[in-house]
Amino acid sequence: MRVNFTVNGRKQEADDVWEGESLLYVLRERMGLPGSKNACEQGECGSCTVRLDGVPVCACLVAAGQAEGREVVTVEGLADFAKQREEGCATGACGSGGTSLQAARQWSARPSDRVADSQTGEGQELAPIQQAFIDAGAVQCGFCTPGLLVAADELLERNAEPSDADIREALSGNLCRCTGYEKILDAVRLAAAPQDRQGSGV
Amino acid sequence: MGVTGTPTSINQGSKTKGGIGESTLRPDGTLKVTGEFAYSSDMWHEDMLWGHTLRSTTAHAEIRSIDTSEALAMPGVYAVLTYDDLPTEVKNYGLEIQDTPVLAHGKVRHHGEPVAIVAADHPETARRAAAKIKIDYVELPVITDEASATAPDALLVHENRDDHHIGHVPHPNIVHRQPIIRGNADDAARRADVIVRGEYVFGMQDQAFLGPESGLAVPGEDGGVDLYVATQWLHSDLRQIAPVLGLPGEKVRMTLSGVGGAFGGREDLSMQIHACLLALRTGKPVKMVYNRFESFFGHVHRHPAKLWYEHGATRDGKLTHLKCRIVLDGGAYASASPAVVGNASSLSVGPYVVEDVDIEALALYTNNPPCGAMRGFGAVQACFAYEAQMDKLAAKLDMDPVEFRRINAMEQGTLLPTGQPCDSPAPVAELLRRVKAMPLPPEQQWLAAGEQADVRALPGGLSNTTHGEGVVRGVGYAVGIKNVGFSEGFDDYSTARVRMEVINGEPVATVHTAMAEVGQGGVTVHAQIARTELGVAQVTIRPADTQVGSAGSTSASRQTYVTGGAVKNTCENVREKVLETGRAKFGSYHPAWTTAELLLEDGKVVTDGGEVLADLADVLEGEAVDLELEWRHRPTEAFDPRTGQGNGHVQYSFAAHRAVVEVDTELGLVKVIELACAQDVGKALNPLSVAGQIQGGTTQGLGVAVMEEIIVDPKTAKVRNPSFTDYLIPTILDTPTIPVDVLELADDHAPYGLRGVGEAPTLSSTPAVLAAIRDATGLELNRTPVRPEHLTGT
Amino acid sequence: MDFLRPASWEEALAAKAEYPTAVPIAGGTDVMVEINFDHRRPEYLLDLNRIPELREWEVGEETVQLGASVPYTQIMDHLRAELPGLALAAHTVGSPQIRNRGSVGGNLGAASPAGDSHPALLSAGAEVEAESVRGTRLIPVEEFYTGVKRNALEPDELIRSVHIKKADGPQQFSKVGTRNAMVIAVCAFGIALHPATRTVKTGIGSAAPTPLRARAAEDFLNAALEEGGFWESGKIITPSVAKQFAELASGACNPIDDVRGTAKYRRHAVGIMARRTLGWTWEQYRGTGRTLEGAA
Repeated sequence: MRVNFTVNGRKQEADDVWEGESLLYVLRERMGLPGSKNACEQGECGSCTVRLDGVPVCACLVAAGQAEGREVVTVEGLADFAKQREEGCATGACGSGGTSLQAARQWSARPSDRVADSQTGEGQELAPIQQAFIDAGAVQCGFCTPGLLVAADELLERNAEPSDADIREALSGNLCRCTGYEKILDAVRLAAAPQDRQGSGV
Repeated sequence: MGVTGTPTSINQGSKTKGGIGESTLRPDGTLKVTGEFAYSSDMWHEDMLWGHTLRSTTAHAEIRSIDTSEALAMPGVYAVLTYDDLPTEVKNYGLEIQDTPVLAHGKVRHHGEPVAIVAADHPETARRAAAKIKIDYVELPVITDEASATAPDALLVHENRDDHHIGHVPHPNIVHRQPIIRGNADDAARRADVIVRGEYVFGMQDQAFLGPESGLAVPGEDGGVDLYVATQWLHSDLRQIAPVLGLPGEKVRMTLSGVGGAFGGREDLSMQIHACLLALRTGKPVKMVYNRFESFFGHVHRHPAKLWYEHGATRDGKLTHLKCRIVLDGGAYASASPAVVGNASSLSVGPYVVEDVDIEALALYTNNPPCGAMRGFGAVQACFAYEAQMDKLAAKLDMDPVEFRRINAMEQGTLLPTGQPCDSPAPVAELLRRVKAMPLPPEQQWLAAGEQADVRALPGGLSNTTHGEGVVRGVGYAVGIKNVGFSEGFDDYSTARVRMEVINGEPVATVHTAMAEVGQGGVTVHAQIARTELGVAQVTIRPADTQVGSAGSTSASRQTYVTGGAVKNTCENVREKVLETGRAKFGSYHPAWTTAELLLEDGKVVTDGGEVLADLADVLEGEAVDLELEWRHRPTEAFDPRTGQGNGHVQYSFAAHRAVVEVDTELGLVKVIELACAQDVGKALNPLSVAGQIQGGTTQGLGVAVMEEIIVDPKTAKVRNPSFTDYLIPTILDTPTIPVDVLELADDHAPYGLRGVGEAPTLSSTPAVLAAIRDATGLELNRTPVRPEHLTGT
Repeated sequence: MDFLRPASWEEALAAKAEYPTAVPIAGGTDVMVEINFDHRRPEYLLDLNRIPELREWEVGEETVQLGASVPYTQIMDHLRAELPGLALAAHTVGSPQIRNRGSVGGNLGAASPAGDSHPALLSAGAEVEAESVRGTRLIPVEEFYTGVKRNALEPDELIRSVHIKKADGPQQFSKVGTRNAMVIAVCAFGIALHPATRTVKTGIGSAAPTPLRARAAEDFLNAALEEGGFWESGKIITPSVAKQFAELASGACNPIDDVRGTAKYRRHAVGIMARRTLGWTWEQYRGTGRTLEGAA
């Protein structure tokens, strides 16, 4: 079947979709947006969390056909989405991601500066929650990171000053196996902190 | 205090920003937060096919026949391969013992063993085709434990063994056995005023890395294959893959893709050979991605264990002796079992002084799921048992459990039961003192927010099982010892290639290793080392592949030590070459070129007095210095097969935990309130990463204390919970705050004095949580994970 | 596999009549797992996401008519006063992401004994509105569960809504899982006080082939409260009464041993939850409760 929907503000069409395919499969394998991750495919890890008409959901449990006509925001569109929200725009994000495998095959390491670099993606604008995950050391293997970012960003959208218990509850559907969550809590606290306490932003 | 050794100075190379000791940020961080970092499951190729594995539905059976005709006839199916299609005489693989069939041959030995593989144009087509393959199984009795493995009439899991352990095992269903005899435990037992015995059970834990096994094999025009995959050790994979394919090593070009966690579970092969076979057969790129169900069958697990321990102590709290027997279930294939046995036996005493020991550890062949490497590797199971014993002894002597441990704590110079002296700091007592000294978390935090009980702070969490009823607090301590690096005489080396050149007027170092970055932050540390040693700001980390020499495995807490050491060593040699070039060019202009100690800092050649002699850009100009060198740590020795004596280990790592738990004693539910850790890391090359490793390792220990277990049916040897619905790992609501106190006592034998970090916290976390639960409930609890049934007597 | 996308309720009923084997999918939180793990290959998937009325609810005099696919999050956010037991149960479902998609209609359709909403529906009192092209019927929820993962729906029927009695007194829900979040019930217990009729109703989950009420426990408690004049006096329930209520609740279970827990533990835990939730609701009824709905 054919499925049409909007991803990160851009209209997308997928053909020859098998009826049993999930939204996650279509995003990853048909639209070149593998940022949403396929860790459990049973709604028990949150790695595939996307916004479906604004609501955080597990993309693995949305049948592709159910996305027809809907708006989806993935981690690839999160920075634009956050920027538009900041600017008071509507919920749909624009721009797109798309993963170049070449991009990941080599990266430069700089001490701490954030100079634009086509190989590392450094210098590209990030959502505050994305920058906070980097700065707080909340990323290790990074497989849970995209889903956590989408979930945490939505939490901060609803609740600008969450308590630790609020953060834990909001992220209780996102498993991380590397970090022990401590740095993830740090990152959400950091992103929630008023800008003037964060030091220099992006 | 028992603390010996002194912190190491870190200013060995350079003061360049972003060097070692700083919490520099991950070079792959931006890609990982934007979703652009390409993991092995993200690989995609025009015209690629999807591979799928058909796995056995039974644990032990003869295969009478396999009929693939219907599957092959399906539209969209390009290949269906079984054992008979393997191209060469090499049909098995394995880390140490090549006992694992690439595809089952006449027999399956465990539930979920690969029997056939399919390539098709869509994953669903491949699944449907696999479902049409007909296999005629004849069930065999299952071997599931020591009794059934060593019974007089037991079937042999592997007939005709010819590996090098078979000569000294008491039964062919025992993979490897390692005794350690030192002193005379029977005599020493007579000096004991108290004797404590326990039988302990450690459940089967899964690594549960989030990124499932996956990769892409692309056939090359030269008849070779390019494989993009997530692994812990590229060259070990290569050594096992190439012979099965019948290709020379250089025609199997491996590149590390993004790795979604590992924790030991990627030390063995999973889909590597299968994807290559399908790609070579079809002439098309083949992608394979396991789902979570399959992932539980796609990798080895932590060995479940039964441990019998007897300790004695004198009235003043001195340990007299240890007798112990550790039986590890290796499952159907050897994987890393022999090395796990070596660790379990040689570290079975824990970080304590015990001169008279009688130890035996062994691993079984059974029809249970194969077990192998997982974070902590044999030392985890032992630590669970000996720490329970320490608490029992302290209780029997009416002593404080921390004080009892302090009295018996090993230190630098202590002889281990293998006769090997510990030749670097071993601040066991100090680590315990530190965790004990941390302030305790406040009581009844569920009332902190106001009148209503906040169930998120209570056992049961969101499930609303208690508002404080039945909740009792407990506190427990544990400490552990883990070896760092590969032991028992293994030639444990790594290779680093470093290139230094000037690009656009700026000196740039490029570091190329085959180290598998699995999330631990090796890439961050390599850049820091290069900056420190070469005084450059910009470092490029090349992707790990087999175009450079082996880096060894990302396991055994060894990569910062060994590949970090290799990077440091190559950088030092590159620096010498650069200085030679400088001397040749500018030596005549300034005497310091030949008389002073020279360093590279901030892109310049400087004297140790800080005088600038030249810009690196001027020294190098159009030239590049490029070296690839191997580096190895001090050699170790094999353990004597009868006595276990030998200098088997190169370094140890120590961590201590204090757990504070709250237990709903009526429902048997546990909330861990805090899990404080103190660890000696020798030298923290990246303090932020060190804390991350400690907190992550601690949480995996917590998981196996209260929830994580692969449940295998003892009658059928089939796995009952291969999913994230029933194999539970801690969520953020199960994980407490984890305060970390890092001690840095240098090991003078190691690069920068560092000590491997990753595993030690996984050891002591579990027994500390168990001790705290025992403290809260008064129950003996000799098994982990603790289930509500155990706490409620149901 | 075919994907049917009815745009209206009438179209959905027509499709279900034409293709009785079609599997309805709303939030997908059960169906998609079965598809992803190759446990199920339905001939037809019947997408109910496009039918707005299924996502609506109406608060009436006596009942709340809850559309079959109203997500749990909406119940937590908007119906806590009317359906406190169900709101508590909703909060224990899966994860935030799952609660954003999963619904009571899905729980009923799957009819897993471990479904979290069942004990709350049983204790509050509810009827399932099942509809087909042949007409509509209301099925008392007690009669809806007919076996493990089996329900009273005819092949051509769909669940349109659930009519749930509005709370006329305190309600509680409690569930045991071996993790503090995102966990399937080992067992669960729901309780609702109905001061208007001076009755107490219960619901037990995951401790028998179907969700069920602990009738003997209810009867005993109703009689004891009546005889002792507890409803009028609002005095503390005597420990012996609470204890016997708990034992009878425990006795109502007919559980199995499985990977999530033993039968013996399930019986034990249901008893503990029965005693505790009775205590919480009764304290609230007496007007002295600190915990009220719990903070869940």
